[in-house]
Amino acid sequence: MKPKHQRLFLALIAVVALVAAGLIAASALREEASYFYTPTTLAAANVAPGKAIRLGGMVQKGSIVRAADGVSITFIVQDQSGTQKVSYRGITPDLFVEGSGVVADGRLRPDRVFVAESLLAKHDENYVPKELADIDMKAAEHTKDTLLQ
Amino acid sequence: MHRFANPARFLRIAKPLTPALFWPGLLLVLGACIWGVFFTPTERLMGDTVKILFVHVPAAWLGMGGWTGIAIASIVQLVWRHPLAGVAARAIAVPGATFAAICLMTGSIWGRPTWGTWWVWDGRLTSMLVLFFLYLGYIALSNASSEKGDTSRVAAVFGVIGAVNIPIINRSVIWWESQHQKASITLGGSSIDTAYLVPLFVAVAGFSLLFGAVVLMRMRAALAEMRIEARMRRMAQG
Repeated sequence: MKPKHQRLFLALIAVVALVAAGLIAASALREEASYFYTPTTLAAANVAPGKAIRLGGMVQKGSIVRAADGVSITFIVQDQSGTQKVSYRGITPDLFVEGSGVVADGRLRPDRVFVAESLLAKHDENYVPKELADIDMKAAEHTKDTLLQ
Repeated sequence: MHRFANPARFLRIAKPLTPALFWPGLLLVLGACIWGVFFTPTERLMGDTVKILFVHVPAAWLGMGGWTGIAIASIVQLVWRHPLAGVAARAIAVPGATFAAICLMTGSIWGRPTWGTWWVWDGRLTSMLVLFFLYLGYIALSNASSEKGDTSRVAAVFGVIGAVNIPIINRSVIWWESQHQKASITLGGSSIDTAYLVPLFVAVAGFSLLFGAVVLMRMRAALAEMRIEARMRRMAQG
């Protein structure tokens, strides 16, 4: 074997080993590196009430209820197979609308309602001009499809 | 491949190629920015903030593409001992780091009004920040080699190892739940409206040409410096 081929062989082995190590590490981090629980994973995870966690998903259509004080709201976060009731007191971000994505920091109450301390809007991968209001519904449907997958 | 191993031949090609990449690149970038800022519609949810897209996406593409280039050049350097490969890898590092930084900054500026925060530690943002730090490490390492102009083998090994991060950045929004949205442009199509997509592609093309021109300039400068040093050494030896 010529030295050049030996080096090529070694380099290929190194690259394969590196990629394998990276993939193994990434899959090991699958749970830990997820930025938030979805309603489904939260239900499965059996998280103790009072523990600081993050919840993400879509704001269910028609679920936002504003309380009489003007700053308290409740809404339901959903993913493809689960829902989670959330209560929040504070100013909501501009992109926080029904059908959009949301990421909330907070804790579960003993009655399993998620009390959010902060809300972040989660934008989806769709970029649609304002003028195209007539295809808004179609875009929203698409949004739902892609986010829930 | 060894046909281009000759630095003299490379310089003959690189010299006319540099302005041929630079001027069209500058024109496309300016055109795309003017088009993107003044002649695209406001977005239905984000409003005018969407226009950061025309810098953020090319910067992300070149930040990641830059390291991919470093990794390929490093393998060529390690396996074939190609004299220009190490020079190319080192020339990519600074513009690559610059674009990674631009990507992080524009993303942060976009995130504040859109998400409601400058920064979160999700998979995508964290892995992109790691890429920026890898660039800094690579630059430090390649400058630390004993002789200036010498193409360090340690830096090349680092360049190959660091490439593990590139598929992680790419897959981060799919493997892990993240604050960052999933890819808009995939092999299957695009979920970006044509009104934004066309100037976006012009911007990506323009920034890429500029990137190529800067890399060629830096390679030529590095070769010139190596030549000066070789001549000085010969003179010192009398």
